[in-house]
Amino acid sequence: MRILLEAKQATFSRAGEAVFRPVDLGLSGGEALVVRGANGSGKTTLLRLLAGILRPASGEVTRHAPVAFLGHHAAVKGDLSCRENLEFKRRFSASASGLSDSRALARVGLAGLGLRPARSLSAGQKRRLGLACLLVAPTAVWLLDEPYASLDDEGCALVDELLSEHVGRDGAAVLSTHQRQPRIGDGRHRTLHIEGRERLE
Amino acid sequence: MIFHRLKVGFHRLGSPPTFHKLCRILSPWLWAGFVACTAIGLYQALYVVPPDYQQGDSFRILYIHVPAAWQAMAGYVIMAILAAIALVWRIRTVEIMTMAAAPVGAAFTALCLATGSLWGKPMWGTWWAWDARLTSMLVLLFIYLGIMGLYAAFEDRRKGARVACILVLVGLVNIPLIHFSVEWWTTLHQGSTINLFGESKMHPSMLPPLIWMAIAVKLMFGGALLDRSRNDLVDQDRRKRWIRDVIGEEA
Amino acid sequence: MTVARMTALLRRDLRLALRHGGESLMPLIFLFSVIILVPLGVGPGPNLLASIAPGMIWVAALLASLLALEQLFRPDLEDGTLEQWWVGGTAPPGALVVTRLFSHWLVTGVPVILFAPLAAQMLYLPSDALPTLMLSLLIGTPVLSLVGGLASALTLGTNRGSVLLSILVFPMVVPVLIFATGAVTAAAEGFSARAHLGLLTALLILAVTLAPLATTAALRLNIE
Repeated sequence: MRILLEAKQATFSRAGEAVFRPVDLGLSGGEALVVRGANGSGKTTLLRLLAGILRPASGEVTRHAPVAFLGHHAAVKGDLSCRENLEFKRRFSASASGLSDSRALARVGLAGLGLRPARSLSAGQKRRLGLACLLVAPTAVWLLDEPYASLDDEGCALVDELLSEHVGRDGAAVLSTHQRQPRIGDGRHRTLHIEGRERLE
Repeated sequence: MIFHRLKVGFHRLGSPPTFHKLCRILSPWLWAGFVACTAIGLYQALYVVPPDYQQGDSFRILYIHVPAAWQAMAGYVIMAILAAIALVWRIRTVEIMTMAAAPVGAAFTALCLATGSLWGKPMWGTWWAWDARLTSMLVLLFIYLGIMGLYAAFEDRRKGARVACILVLVGLVNIPLIHFSVEWWTTLHQGSTINLFGESKMHPSMLPPLIWMAIAVKLMFGGALLDRSRNDLVDQDRRKRWIRDVIGEEA
Repeated sequence: MTVARMTALLRRDLRLALRHGGESLMPLIFLFSVIILVPLGVGPGPNLLASIAPGMIWVAALLASLLALEQLFRPDLEDGTLEQWWVGGTAPPGALVVTRLFSHWLVTGVPVILFAPLAAQMLYLPSDALPTLMLSLLIGTPVLSLVGGLASALTLGTNRGSVLLSILVFPMVVPVLIFATGAVTAAAEGFSARAHLGLLTALLILAVTLAPLATTAALRLNIE
C-alpha cells in the first residue's frame, strides 16, 4: 500500500521549547491512527503539523496525497448558509467527485437546514457541518482534531461510521481524542500516545 | 575551511550562554570607549572650537544633534541586518539583539528631534519646521515605535520578535522611499523650506570633535545594544538551567 | 487549482461583504463625514477649500481604508478558515493573500474612487484636476490596501491591534500621500502631473511585488 503521509522525527517548538517528543509515523491508505495524550500534550499541535499549518522545528513531514484538516473550529463562515459554506468548500478544493450539498447535509443529519446561516447552528451542528465539508470535497487523508467533541452519542457514532467508510475506501485518517475509544471498521486502527515534553525544571 | 570555522563560530554565538558571556566581556570596553571619546569630543566641542560668527555658541548643539541623527539611521541599518540574519537562520539571540536595537535607535531618533527642535528655536524662531530631514526623522521615530509596540504586543516573545523582524525589513524598503518623497515634497512647497546648514561649509577646525562624538555614539549604541540583549535574554530564560549556572558562577 | 481557489475565495469574500452591507458602506460614510466636517471647521471659502481639497480627499480615503483593516484577517483567524489556506501545502497562500487584498480594495477603494467626483465638487476642486484625482486614487488606493493588509497581518497575533495598526500604517503610506496629493495639486495648478503619477505607479509596482510576500510571512507566523 502506498504511503500517504509520513513524519520523521518531527516536532514543533513554541517559545523555543519542543512541544512534544519527536514523532515518527507512516500512514498508508486504509489505515487510521488515533492520537492519544493528556490535555496539553500537543495533540492539536501534532495534527496541525501533519496538516502543514505548522512547520516542523526539526525533522520532516511529507504528504503524498491531498489532506483535509478539521480543527477545533469547523472553518465555516457564520454569515453564510450551510449550503453556501459547502459550495465554497467544493470550489475551494476544485473537487467534482464529492457528494452533493443536500446529500452531504443529509448524511451528517442536517437535512433541511441548508438555508440556515451557519451562525444559528449549535456547536454540535457546526461540527456536523464541518464533517459535511469533508464529504463534498473528498481527500485521501483526513486529519481530525477531537472529532467527537461537543457531539451527542448519535453524532459520535456518525463520526465512527464516516471514518469506517473513509478507511474502507482506502483513505487514511489521523484523529485525536482524549476520551472516547473510536470504533473504526473492524478495529483496524493504531494508537499513538504522545507525551508532552515536560518543561525544563 | 575558514568559512567552516566562521560558520561554527557563528552558531556558537547563537548559544545563549556563549552570547551572554560575550556580551558581558565586550560591553564594559564599549562603555569605557564611549566615556573616553565623549570626554575628548565634548572638551574640543565646548572649549577648543571657536564660536560661530553667525550663530554664536548655539551651533555647538550640532555635536550631539548630528551624531545622533547619523546613529539613528545607522542603527536602523544594523537592526535590519540583524533582522535578516534572524529570519533566515532563525537564531534566537540575533532575534533578541534586533529587538534590543529598536529602543536604542528610537532614543537616538528622539534625541536628534529634540536637539533639532532646540536648535530650531534660536535659528528659525520656531520649535518645529517641516524641513525634509526633520520630517523624515519624525517618520523614522514612528517606525521605531511601531517595531517596539509590535514586539511588546505579543505574549509569545519569540513570535513577537520574528513578526517584528519582518516589519524591520519592510521599514528598510520604506525608509528610502519616505526620505525621497519627503525631499520631493519640501522642494514642491518651496515657501517653507529652510536649509538647516545653509550653504556655508564647515570650518575644518569644527570637524575633529564631530568625529570623536560620532565614534562615541557608535560605541554607546554597541554597549547599550549588548546590555539590553543580555538583559532580555536573562529575563526570557530566567527559569532555564544555564542561567542558574551563570548566576551561580557570579555569586 | 490556484485560480479555482482564488475565485472561490473572491466570491465568498464579496458575498460576505454584501451581506454586511452596512459595514461595507463605512468607508464611504467616513469619507463624506470628513468632507462635510472640514468646511464646517475651516469655513466655506472656495479658495481655501479648493487648495486643501486634494489633501483632504486623500487623507479621508486613507483613513477610510484603515477602518476595515482590523477585520481583514481576524474573523478568518477566529473561525479557523485562515489556517485552511495552509492545509496540505498545495494552494500557494500568497495567491490567496492577494485575492483577499483585492476584495478589500474592491470594497473599500472602489467606492471611494467612484464617489470622488462628488467629494471634489463639494470642495471646489478645479474640474481640470478631476481626472488626475481619479487616476491618483485608482493607482494609489490599491497601495493602501496592500500596505494596510501587511499591517493587519503583522498585528494579527496581538490582542489589541487597532492602535498599533495605525502606527504601522502611517509611515508606510507617507510616500503614497505625497505623490498622490502632489499629482492632484499639480493638475489643479495647471501643471503636468505625469511625474507624480509615474512615481505613484512605481510605488504600486513595488507594493504589489513585495507586500504580499511579507504579508504571507507575517500571517504564517501569526497562525503558528
